[in-house]
Amino acid sequence: MTKSFLNVLRLCLLFVAMFAISSASNAQNALDGILKSKSIKIAIPTDFPPYGFVGLDMQPQGLDVEMAQYIAQKLGAKVELVPVSSPNRIPYLQTKKVDLVISTLGKNPDREKVIDFTFAYAPYYQAVYAPKSLSIKSFNDLAGKTISATRGALEDTELTKLAPPSAQIKRFEDNSSTVAAFVAGQVQVVATGASVAASMIQKNPQLGAEYKLLIKDSPCFVGVAKGEDTLRTKVNEIISAAHKNGDLEKLSMKWLSRSTGELPE
Amino acid sequence: MNIAFDFWAVFEQWPLLLTGVAWTLGLTSLSGIFGLSLGVVMAWARLEAVRPNHDLHRKKISRVLDILDKLILFYVELIRNTPFIVQLFFIFFGLPALGLRLSAEVASVLAMVINLSAYSCEIVRAGLEATPPAQVQAGESLGLKPVQIFKHVVLPPALFKVWPALVSQIIIVMLGSAVCGQISTEELSYSANLIQSRNFRAFESFITAAFIYLLLSIAIRWLLNKVGRQVIFKGMVSHD
Repeated sequence: MTKSFLNVLRLCLLFVAMFAISSASNAQNALDGILKSKSIKIAIPTDFPPYGFVGLDMQPQGLDVEMAQYIAQKLGAKVELVPVSSPNRIPYLQTKKVDLVISTLGKNPDREKVIDFTFAYAPYYQAVYAPKSLSIKSFNDLAGKTISATRGALEDTELTKLAPPSAQIKRFEDNSSTVAAFVAGQVQVVATGASVAASMIQKNPQLGAEYKLLIKDSPCFVGVAKGEDTLRTKVNEIISAAHKNGDLEKLSMKWLSRSTGELPE
Repeated sequence: MNIAFDFWAVFEQWPLLLTGVAWTLGLTSLSGIFGLSLGVVMAWARLEAVRPNHDLHRKKISRVLDILDKLILFYVELIRNTPFIVQLFFIFFGLPALGLRLSAEVASVLAMVINLSAYSCEIVRAGLEATPPAQVQAGESLGLKPVQIFKHVVLPPALFKVWPALVSQIIIVMLGSAVCGQISTEELSYSANLIQSRNFRAFESFITAAFIYLLLSIAIRWLLNKVGRQVIFKGMVSHD
């Protein structure tokens, strides 16, 4: 038993050592890499209509997807879209599996500790939805209710602070499961993004679900790994230009049917 | 890319990890007890169905057993040839459409019981089939009823033979419980995922969880082997 335990420990050490070596050799600047290889890896959502979803032709499409293609085109690079889910989009960036995350990413202080953000490119907000029969006027009314939310998403972290302790927040791995739990009646209330909720209500009229409370207005930003300042500056230039020449407004009108409004820088 | 490990960020969430461990152990023990029992019952039914039947009065029973045998075979093949996560999602997200709404925790236990029972049925059956016919005849000559023979003469040595395989299967089911977090059951990998989504320390969270799973597996194997040797199969010796 002790001998096999030591062997396991030895394996762990070997693993950590390999990890350290592989990361040391990965020191190239991301922007140079993109310009040299003429390709860029961008994380996009595929379960988040109309920002990112899979169309009938099985190709990803949506606002985030077009934004990714737009930025790639301005960088003169071929885009490689990497589908991510809400909880794993930041780890993908941290481990450099992608160069950028364009995945309806909101900005908050916790996230700013681990990744950097560019200027905002599109509007977004999260809210609480429930059937009309359920009276919810304030966050205190959530007491004793079961609520589904996507783990690690802004609605999860914000709701954990806003909801009373007796509210049971059931956390799911991705938006599809979060919505599926509500549609199947496994929870009474769902906390999710405006766009996801809109398509859920449209596809499931029998639920009688409606908008109840605003959790947070959180425009979408592009996520960049810490230390990639040249890439971040470049993407900021592209977003600024697109904001001025109306390309962002066109994108927002096309997918969200509303203006971008004020976009924070 | 500079990497700084911060295990403290994970360890300071120890109440969450502890809850996770408690749920993982709870799910495993419940599914272990019920899954194994169900597996033994199904293995017994399958064995009865194939046993040559000399008693004419039992013809009718044997036809019922025949149908039961086919049903169990179907069940076992269905469960053993579909992914656990699909079974779990079907129970949690699918059954409400049929009017059966189970909480995440109950759905997790049910899925694990179903999964373990199918695998353990086949393991136990292998043990039962290895019983020498003379052993059954010895029981009959003592005037024991078929149920008594099964309970006292056939089952204990059969379980003894396959015990290590059963213990492994229970551990596989425990490790499989990691996906129950997907339906919001607060087991260990759910805790690791939650911690990781809060402090973005993915590496530290998951290596900690992996290490805890490793310790749990070793502890469960040790415990079940000990309990098997000293309590359940006391005095038995392996003839292999």
